[in-house]
Amino acid sequence: MTETLITGIVIFVLAMFVGFEVITKVPSLLHTPLTSGANAISGITIVGSAVVAGMGATRLAAVLGTIAVVFAMINVVGGYLVTDRMLAMFGQKKAPEAKR
Amino acid sequence: MIGRLMELAYLVAAVIFIYGLKWMASPTTARKGNALSAVGMLIAILVTLLDRQILSYQLIIVGMVVGSALGVWMARAVKMTAMPQMVGLLNGFGGGASLLVAAAEWHRLVQPGALMSTDTAVSIYASTLIGGVTISGSVVAALKLQGWIVPDRPVLFAGRHALSIGLFTVVVAMGVYLGFEPGTVWAFVVMNVAALILGILLVIAIGGADQPVVICLLNSYSGLAAAMTGFVINNHGLIITGALVGASGIILTNIMCKAMNRSIWNVLFGGVGVVVAGSSEGGAALRAKGVRTITTDDAAALLGYGQLVIVVPGYGMAVAQAQHQVRELADHLHKRGVEVLYAVHPVAGRMPGHMNVLLAEANVPYEALKDLEEVNPNFERADVALVIGANDVVNPAARHDHASPIHGMPILDADKAKHIIVMKRSMNPGFAGIENELFYDSKTQMLFGDAKKSLLALITEVRHLE
Repeated sequence: MTETLITGIVIFVLAMFVGFEVITKVPSLLHTPLTSGANAISGITIVGSAVVAGMGATRLAAVLGTIAVVFAMINVVGGYLVTDRMLAMFGQKKAPEAKR
Repeated sequence: MIGRLMELAYLVAAVIFIYGLKWMASPTTARKGNALSAVGMLIAILVTLLDRQILSYQLIIVGMVVGSALGVWMARAVKMTAMPQMVGLLNGFGGGASLLVAAAEWHRLVQPGALMSTDTAVSIYASTLIGGVTISGSVVAALKLQGWIVPDRPVLFAGRHALSIGLFTVVVAMGVYLGFEPGTVWAFVVMNVAALILGILLVIAIGGADQPVVICLLNSYSGLAAAMTGFVINNHGLIITGALVGASGIILTNIMCKAMNRSIWNVLFGGVGVVVAGSSEGGAALRAKGVRTITTDDAAALLGYGQLVIVVPGYGMAVAQAQHQVRELADHLHKRGVEVLYAVHPVAGRMPGHMNVLLAEANVPYEALKDLEEVNPNFERADVALVIGANDVVNPAARHDHASPIHGMPILDADKAKHIIVMKRSMNPGFAGIENELFYDSKTQMLFGDAKKSLLALITEVRHLE
């Protein structure tokens, strides 16, 4: 095991704990938007996909990389937009209801 | 130098993601949090484009335009009722991207002259396994939720556990073989195929009502797959971000399992929803007792002259797409001075928070949506518990019947209300395949029929009350 791998594992484990701390505080009311919002974040693989597609080391790698970019981008764009659509419903003013 | 600066920029993006998730904890800041997290993503993408390893931008741009267009279209077109399968599918795309990146990197590193370290090799294989399971599992989950091709109930066959273990062994064996014979294409292909089939097997055996757990678990996998990609291309920003999502999925999985009083192993490998052993005797006794039905006008009177009505929505409400009618009925009850609360069980529906999203779509104020702990003390003072398409989450057998498959599951105390009206299509038992004692309670009256139609009839009747 090289030093790079060890550093990676250290970062991974610590980040998991940060994640546990932050997510535990989200109420069940918002679990669906949380799931889809977190899902959008997992589209961060776009970073790896773009590099692989752009390097084009082999023709196959370029093709796979490009499909990966498409997939990751669907994940990112679709994920954020759909989460926003849901959260807009939670945030909306319910004045007419309150008056009744 | 540029490389170091990029590392820092990725760190900034990761910190922004953490803040974005933090703001997700309250309905008032959640939308801002999501937007903030999107900014983090934009930063990460822009920084990546500065990477000097990138020689040509053509393919990247094409991929981004196509992916964004599809993403926008999907997000716009999807109906709120189809949200579980949408989230499942999006998960799959994330996992798929990880799988493809791993394959592309593998192909680059087995070219003559390239060198693949053991660390990178292990990362690539881990990424293949998790990414493969995520994409095929997500697709099956989405198909199940949509009701296409794959049935909603668990698909079980003899030897499926042995097959799963066998497939996992194949993945590991191919990894070991590739360690000795790098560049063996067939071995890498076999590894990919085994991972994909493993994902299918894992999800196909899980029934509809356990889908919330599956969605959370796949969410976690898609994060872990992203983190593995981070190990493959040695990018710390990816590792942190993937770990965050992985943690989020694990926590939600845990919450869902607790809400059903089952272990993750039981959900994944238990195959609940097929076997109804042991409950048939009690079920026969209950059935002999018979149920009472109620007419719409009697139900309307009970609701309209009460002080507190607690609505218990379940998957049946989602199927009937009756959330707007629920809210309309509540509006009319409000006008008559009746207080209306909504009791939302953590596993009601097909994904975590499913009922909340549907009711929010129908403009129900989120303050009226109560979770299990919050609402349960209120049932005793409720005049009516209106159960709409919910079943197992209100079954009192969970409290006392040790033989029941749902024994120990925290339930909504609907049986403690003065009256219980259950809206249901028929007497078919719920997902767990067991009779619901609540339906045979002397305080319970059944209102059979399609939830939407029944609600419309109720609304008319309530409006005609003096």
